[in-house]
Amino acid sequence: MELVAAGLLAFFAIGYFVLGGADIGLGALLPFLGRTPAERRLVITGIAPVFLGNEVWLVATAGVLVGAFPDLEGKLLTEHFPAVVALLLGWVVRDAGLWLRHQFDRRAWQGLCDTAVTLGSWTVALAWGWVFSGLLTGAANPIIGVAVALLFAVHGLAFAALRLSGRSRERAAWLSGPLTEFRMFVLTAAVMALLCFAVGFRLPLVDSAADPATLKLLVPTLLVITPVLVLAQVWMWRLFRHRAERPMYL
Amino acid sequence: METLDLARLQFALTAGAHFLFVALTLGLATVVAVLQTRATLSPTPARTRMTRFWGQLYVTNYAMGIVTGLVMEFQFGLSWSGLTHFAGNVFGASLAMETLVAFFIESTFLGLWIFGWDRLNRWAHLAAIWVVTLTAYASAYWILVSNGFLQNPVGYEVVGDSLRLTDVWAVLSNPNTIMAFWHVLTGALVTAGFFLAGVSAYHLLRRTRDTEFFTGSLRIGVFTGAPALLASAMTGGIQLGELATTQPMKPKLLGGDAAKLAQVNAQLVERFGPGDYLPPADWARAGGLVMLITFALLFNLGWFSVLMAFSKRVVQRFRLWHLALVLAIPLPFLAMIAGWVYREVGRQPWVVYGLLRTSDAVSPVSAGQMRASLIAFTVLFGLLIAVNTALLARQAKRGPDAVALGRPAAEYRPAPLPAATY
Repeated sequence: MELVAAGLLAFFAIGYFVLGGADIGLGALLPFLGRTPAERRLVITGIAPVFLGNEVWLVATAGVLVGAFPDLEGKLLTEHFPAVVALLLGWVVRDAGLWLRHQFDRRAWQGLCDTAVTLGSWTVALAWGWVFSGLLTGAANPIIGVAVALLFAVHGLAFAALRLSGRSRERAAWLSGPLTEFRMFVLTAAVMALLCFAVGFRLPLVDSAADPATLKLLVPTLLVITPVLVLAQVWMWRLFRHRAERPMYL
Repeated sequence: METLDLARLQFALTAGAHFLFVALTLGLATVVAVLQTRATLSPTPARTRMTRFWGQLYVTNYAMGIVTGLVMEFQFGLSWSGLTHFAGNVFGASLAMETLVAFFIESTFLGLWIFGWDRLNRWAHLAAIWVVTLTAYASAYWILVSNGFLQNPVGYEVVGDSLRLTDVWAVLSNPNTIMAFWHVLTGALVTAGFFLAGVSAYHLLRRTRDTEFFTGSLRIGVFTGAPALLASAMTGGIQLGELATTQPMKPKLLGGDAAKLAQVNAQLVERFGPGDYLPPADWARAGGLVMLITFALLFNLGWFSVLMAFSKRVVQRFRLWHLALVLAIPLPFLAMIAGWVYREVGRQPWVVYGLLRTSDAVSPVSAGQMRASLIAFTVLFGLLIAVNTALLARQAKRGPDAVALGRPAAEYRPAPLPAATY
C-alpha cells in the first residue's frame, strides 16, 4: 500500500514538473521570447489556458503527501521553510501577474505584470533548486540550485517551441537543433522526471507512511479518481493544443 | 512575539484573506451556473450578456481566491507540523481528498470554462461551469471535514503520540462538519446575492444605460440573498445549540460574564485536567457580536428588499433603497469573517479540541523566519485584496459592455480600450 501511495506521489510530482515546469520555464523566458508588446501578449497566451490546469498538479502532489505521508509533509516543509515560503511567494506573484495583466491596457501596467510573471517564475524555479539541492546533498547548494532553475528554463524553451508562433517560436526553436520540437520537449521532460526520481528515492517514504487504516481507504479512492483527473487534463490539452496565434482572454 | 504567536497570526491572516474571496466565489459560481443554464436552454442576447458580466466578476475574484488558497494548502506543513504529526492519519486524508477530488477538477474545468468560451459547444461549456460549481462545493465540504474534525474530533483512537482512524463514516458525517458546510454555503449565497443586488442598485442609482439588465439582476440578487439569509441563520443557530455539549466555553463567550466563564473553566479542568481553558475572550466575543449585529442589519434590509423587489417601478426608482443596497455590499463579508473569528478563536487553546493544544502543534521554526514570512505574506495579500477590490469595483461600474470574458476572438482590437472613468 505504501508503495502504491509512493507511486501516486511520483505520478503527480512528475505531472507537475513536466507540465507546470514547462509553463514556469516559459514565464521565466518571457522577456527573451517576446520582444514587442504584441509578442509578449502571445507568449502569455501560450501559458494562459493551461497554467491553471498545470499548477494544480503540485496542489495534488501536496495533497497525496499530506494524506499518505503526513509526518514527512510536516518535516519537509518545516525543514525547507524559507525555500517553501519563497516558492509560494513567487507562485502567487506570478499568477497575480498572469491574471491581472489584461485588466488595464496601459504599457506601464503590462510591463509591471510581465515583470511579476518573469520574476515570479524565476523565484519558483530557484526555490525548487534550493529545495532539491537540500534534498540531494543534505545542504543548500547554490550550483545545483541554479542548475535546476536553468533546467526549468530549458524545458520552458522546448515548450515554447511547441506552443508559440512567429518570431517567438523561431527564438525558441534553435534549442531543438537537429531534433524535432516535440522530441526536444520529450527529452527535457524526461530530464525533469529523472530529477523527480532522484529526489524521490532519497525521501524516507515507506517509513513515514500514514497508518494502514488510513491508507486502506485513501489509496484505493485515489486510484479510482486519478483516471478521471487525467481524462479532464486530456480534454483540456486537446482543446488548447493549438499554437498561440491570436490573443485570448488574459 | 514568539514563533507560536507569529504562526497563529500568519494562519489567521492567510485564512482570513482566502475566506474573503471564497465567500463571494462560492456563491457567485452558483449564480453564474444558473444564469448560464437559462442562457443555454433558451438563448437571448440579454441572457448571454448577463452570464458574461457576472461571470467576469466571478473570474476576477476567483483568481485571487486560488492564489491565496495555494498558500493555505501549504500552511499546515509549514507552520503546524505538530498537527500533521499528531492528527495526520485523519486530518491529512481529508486534505488529500480536497486537493484531488475537488481542487484538481475545479481548476482544470475553470480553465476549460474561461478559455474554452467560443471553442466548446454550448452544452459542454455549460457542463464545465456546473462541474466547477459542484467541485467548489466539494472543496468546501472536504475542508470542513478537516476543520470539523479539529473542532469536534470523532472516529479516532489515540495510539502513542498520534491518532489512528477508526470510523471513517463518523469523520465524514461529523455533525460539526455538516452544519458548518451548510452555514458556509448559505453564507456564500448571501454574499453573492447582496453583491448582485448592490452592484445592480449602483447602476440603477446612477441611471446608467442598462436599466432592464440591472432590474433583472437586482431581483435575482434579492431573491437569492434573502432566503439564503434565513437558511444561514438556521444553520448558525443549530451550531450554537450543539456547542453546549461539544465546546461549552464558546457559547458563554458571547455573554462575556466572567463568573460564568470561570464556572465553565472549572468544568473543563475536571474533564481535561488542570489548566486554563479560556480562549482570548475579547476577540471571540467581538467576532460573535459583529456577526450577530451584521446579520440583524442584513435581515431587515433583506425582507424589506423582497417586498420592494416585486414592483418593477420601485426597483427602478427607489433611490434611497438603492443606496442602502450599495452600502450593504461589504456586510456579508464582514459577517462571514466575524463568524469565522468566533468559531476559530472560541475553541482555543485547542487545535484539535480536547486532544492537542495549539502551542504543541507549532513547527520548530525560528521566530525570525516566521516573522519574515508573516510580513511577506501580509504585504502581498494586502496588495492583492486592495487590487481585487479596486478591479471588482471598476468592472462592476463599467457595466456589461466592457466585459472581456467570452469576447469573440474577432473582437480583440489592437487599439487600447477607453480609459477608465473613476
